[in-house]
Amino acid sequence: MKNHVLRPLWLAIVFVAAILLARYYVVPSDFGVHPGVHGKSFTYGFYRQGDIQDWKNFKVKYRGRDLCADCHDKEFAKIKASPHSIIQCENCHGPAIDHPDNPATLKINRSRALCLRCHADLGYPDSNRAQIPGIDPKEHNAGEACVDCHNPHNPDLEDME
Amino acid sequence: MSCSRRTLLKNTVKGAIAGAVPLSALKFLSPTEVKAAIGDAKVRWGFLVDTTKCVGCGFCVKACKKENEVPYDAPVTRTWVERYVITKDKKAHIDSPMGGRDGFTSRQIKDDGEPPENIPPEEITKAFFVPKLCNQCENPVCVQVCPVGATYQTPDGVVLVDRTWCIGCGYCIMACPYGVRFFHPKYHTAEKCTFCYHRITKGLKTACVDACPFGARRIGNLKDPNDPVTKAILSERVAVLKDEYGTKPQVFYIGLDYDVR
Ligand code: HEC
Ligand code: HEC
Ligand code: HEC
Ligand code: HEC
Repeated sequence: MKNHVLRPLWLAIVFVAAILLARYYVVPSDFGVHPGVHGKSFTYGFYRQGDIQDWKNFKVKYRGRDLCADCHDKEFAKIKASPHSIIQCENCHGPAIDHPDNPATLKINRSRALCLRCHADLGYPDSNRAQIPGIDPKEHNAGEACVDCHNPHNPDLEDME
Repeated sequence: MSCSRRTLLKNTVKGAIAGAVPLSALKFLSPTEVKAAIGDAKVRWGFLVDTTKCVGCGFCVKACKKENEVPYDAPVTRTWVERYVITKDKKAHIDSPMGGRDGFTSRQIKDDGEPPENIPPEEITKAFFVPKLCNQCENPVCVQVCPVGATYQTPDGVVLVDRTWCIGCGYCIMACPYGVRFFHPKYHTAEKCTFCYHRITKGLKTACVDACPFGARRIGNLKDPNDPVTKAILSERVAVLKDEYGTKPQVFYIGLDYDVR
């Protein structure tokens, strides 16, 4: 064949070989079609398998209230016996992460907004929201912190000081 | 190129056999063989949302954002809570300020493209909250459209995104009929609810399930007939969102309404 035909052909071959070589090094060995819900499916199971482990290694930050019981047994026992027993500590105090190592202490949120998430009266009759005792935030001691009068760990009105 | 009669015949027979193998393989697979091919078939994560229990406190959204490191003040979230207020004129007012992250603390409601409205209670016929999250579909369209294999379905049915592999083309965000995907403000890759894969694979519940004080959110293994969530899904009247798309959502709802899409 003529030289001017062969030269671009060689160029093309080298180009393709370079791509294949690069692909060999860039694409991880665990990348491919893996069995899943749909069997070995290219449509749903074409991925890097190591990513599943990467997601499993993600850090857990909300630790649950049984953890708190060891050190904050007073608060734990109190809230357990109160109308707020269904509320997790970390909803109000934020994620424990590695508390008390890191962070050494959790924030205390004394804002009215925290309580109004549930106690602002919206007047929705058929919603479960209406089952929670509601107040009008503009009327009920506006400007004062709820926790100045109510104990968040035992809000029972009978036990108010 | 030359081709003797002998090689032609040989290749024809070879080709016929090769063609017949996959067909017969498809035909004669028993259920057990199918299960074996699927791999670990003991777990399939499913979710049950009881909208009648939701009060719109938004603790689930807060917990999800903090647990999964979704920037707290960015207007994106993996799970969110919608408020529906239906008035006497049969109009549905729907909003979800910041995805419901700070709860619903006032009657003021802001429909898309309309000024905020203060609907008096006597105008309301019904009002309720609907938590939303990824449906972890049996047939996830978002996975089908990914051009690089960056999003996939795990053997236990959760759809994940490989952040190292995603090129940020946004096809999956457009494809999801439920609008659960978005770009992560920090990584600039597609982001979505993972059913807290790092928690459920350690025996914990998802952050949103743990955060909900009212039991409106539950997660369970649909392949375990003794799982309380599976039992509830089988015995109660449940529905899924946008059934007509054929995506087969694995998030089931109690108490859906005509206006919830
Ligand atoms: C290993 C013991 C330990 C555990 C477990 C623990 N804490 Fe603490 N916590 C501490 C210590 C120590 C402090 C610091 C006390 C101080 O500074 O007065 C603290 C401080 C706090 C504070 C601030 C108190 C204040 O007066 O400012 C809060 C709120 C808190 N913890 C909540 C929690 C919650 C919620 C949990 C469970 C998720 C938890 N803690 C688990 C030991 C613990
Ligand atoms: C409804 C929200 C809420 C929940 C749930 C809650 N707390 Fe608190 N907690 C508060 C508030 C608000 C304060 C600050 C009270 C104050 O300043 O008077 C507080 C204060 C504290 C303190 C500081 C000491 C004190 O009593 O003032 C600790 C420790 C604490 N909480 C631990 C816990 C633990 C442990 C749990 C779970 C068993 C829990 N909290 C659940 C809202 C909550
Ligand atoms: C997750 C929702 C939620 C949050 C947040 C919340 N509460 Fe409550 N609260 C409840 C529920 C549920 C009850 C119990 C209602 C019942 O069983 O009668 C309750 C009961 C009360 C009561 C007793 C009312 C009565 O009639 O006995 C008071 C007072 C109260 N809460 C104050 C607060 C304060 C103050 C805060 C903020 C620190 C707060 N709540 C945060 C859900 C919440
Ligand atoms: C100055 C003290 C004070 C402050 C501040 C205060 N309350 Fe009260 N709250 C009371 C008293 C006293 C009662 C019982 C008498 C009544 O019903 O008004 C009460 C009653 C309630 C009840 C029961 C209502 C019912 O109908 O059963 C709830 C719920 C409540 N408060 C929530 C809150 C919340 C949430 C905040 C903050 C936004 C708050 N309170 C701030 C003193 C206070």
